[in-house]
Amino acid sequence: MTAMNDILILAIESSCDETAASVVKNGREVLSNIISSQIDIHTLYGGVVPEIASRKHIERINRVVTAALEEAHVKKEDLTAIAVTYGPGLVGALLVGVSFAKAYAWALKKPLIGVHHIEGHICANYIENKELEPPFMCLVVSGGHSHLVKVVDYGEYEILGRTRDDAAGEAFDKVARAIGLGYPGGPKIDKVSCEGDPAAIEFPRAKIVDNEYDFSFSGLKSAVLNYLNSMEMKGEPIVREDVAASFQQAVVDVLVGHSMAALEEYGFKKFAIAGGVASNSHLRKAMEEECAERQIEFYRPSPIFCTDNAAMIGVAGYYEYIKGVRTDWTCNAVPNLKLGER
Amino acid sequence: MKILGIDSSGMVASVALIEDGITKAEYTVNNKKTHSQTLLPMLDEISAMLEDDMSTVDAIAVAAGPGSFTGLRIGSATVKGLAAAYDKPVIPVPTVEGLAYNAWGSDRLVCPMMDARRQQTYTGLYEFTGEGDTCVMNTVLDQCAVPVEDIVDKINELGRPVIFMGDGIPVFEEYIKNNCKVDHIFAPAHMNRQRAACIAALGEVYMKQGRIEAAEDHAPVYLRMSQAERERKEQGVADQGHDN
Repeated sequence: MTAMNDILILAIESSCDETAASVVKNGREVLSNIISSQIDIHTLYGGVVPEIASRKHIERINRVVTAALEEAHVKKEDLTAIAVTYGPGLVGALLVGVSFAKAYAWALKKPLIGVHHIEGHICANYIENKELEPPFMCLVVSGGHSHLVKVVDYGEYEILGRTRDDAAGEAFDKVARAIGLGYPGGPKIDKVSCEGDPAAIEFPRAKIVDNEYDFSFSGLKSAVLNYLNSMEMKGEPIVREDVAASFQQAVVDVLVGHSMAALEEYGFKKFAIAGGVASNSHLRKAMEEECAERQIEFYRPSPIFCTDNAAMIGVAGYYEYIKGVRTDWTCNAVPNLKLGER
Repeated sequence: MKILGIDSSGMVASVALIEDGITKAEYTVNNKKTHSQTLLPMLDEISAMLEDDMSTVDAIAVAAGPGSFTGLRIGSATVKGLAAAYDKPVIPVPTVEGLAYNAWGSDRLVCPMMDARRQQTYTGLYEFTGEGDTCVMNTVLDQCAVPVEDIVDKINELGRPVIFMGDGIPVFEEYIKNNCKVDHIFAPAHMNRQRAACIAALGEVYMKQGRIEAAEDHAPVYLRMSQAERERKEQGVADQGHDN
């Protein structure tokens, strides 16, 4: 049930290949979370094709929004505000959500709130952990992003580390393609790794000299490709379960290592993970164990809130809304938007 | 009848409101600034000037393609958002037809040409027939993406005087002057680019013919596949050829 003084945010997300809409009540209660995935189409091309993604968003956006309102039993007139992801992401894809949200908010005479996609991922942790409040540390890892972030306050972030080259999820996709698992790489590597030996092959764990919290995954990816080539040259069989497991272990070691070092240095007692790669079962388990050992409270969203979704945008939008953030009608998609900037 | 028209298919961003046969407002900008930044502020502006919040429109007409893929989607997404908020239908007006409507009542064949890049033009051929208020626009050649040579050949073949317009003219003017063998003229400034009033006025005609769609069903007509789809198709054809 919704009451008169409830703050109801309709959120829209279209930054990559999921068309999503959600209604979020009072910041943390998800009344609906509709995700229309295009994964089947992009699988044909071995990755997300921006033009196709944009075309699909246009076809689906109204039905997704309607479904979100219906499932939430909320009338559009009763919404408090409209939140939309305006960056970072694929510009053509973002523009569909942004243009729709602007027109919808304008016509309904509701405030518009532009939300940062990564901020959304971080805020996904608030949905199922009502007690979680800043400050805490968060690792955001997805197909497009790898960030180690100090969540100072709602809407206030300090980036401790980011990737210098490939995002973690990108490395998963590329390695999966190389060993013939196909797209999307993350879930497929996660699965076959269960039957492989993570210590079978020694892949490098990259360290960045001038910022110990930055990441680099392109060297690891190259090492896997080199390994595959050399095995082929030698005519030796490739055990792809072992390759997958060993590659994944290298990624997990780096993510865990950086996170634990930062937690210790900055003395945080709360740690959260977010983003598509946060669904990885090995990463979740490793983080859980390391946090338990250090008596650090560990938070991770359910997989449905790790993938790109609009509920997380609604949560982030709520905190921006109560801080008084309003986005004007000139709002544009910003494909390389930085976290903490407007 | 009250129709809001929107065209962001090319360089021009344009919004207009027509009501009972009169253009109440039209705001047209031909500038490089992205439509995402201009379109809604322009709508907001005419809404304020007219002291009309647009909620009582009967339908929203949009230049529904072809055109710049991104421009089309900004227009379409905007229209889909407005139509969903107002629970009103969308009138998809083919972009080239909207351009041709600039020359309403002309005795000439009307040939809009948009620059479609890759040595092609989005074009079509139209004529106006009938007299007085029965004058209607008929399609002689439906909108298509073709090399400029093809459309000029077609015009020569038809052998009728023609009026050209559209952002393809600066690109193809030289070719047209050298190769078009029939009497031809180029439309002047007030009617040689996309205008939302044309989209709204032609939209009204189409609405009376029942050519409307629900907001959720509307999507632009691109007349072209994405590059990835095209390459995949070519690849597929090549593979098939190999199998044979």
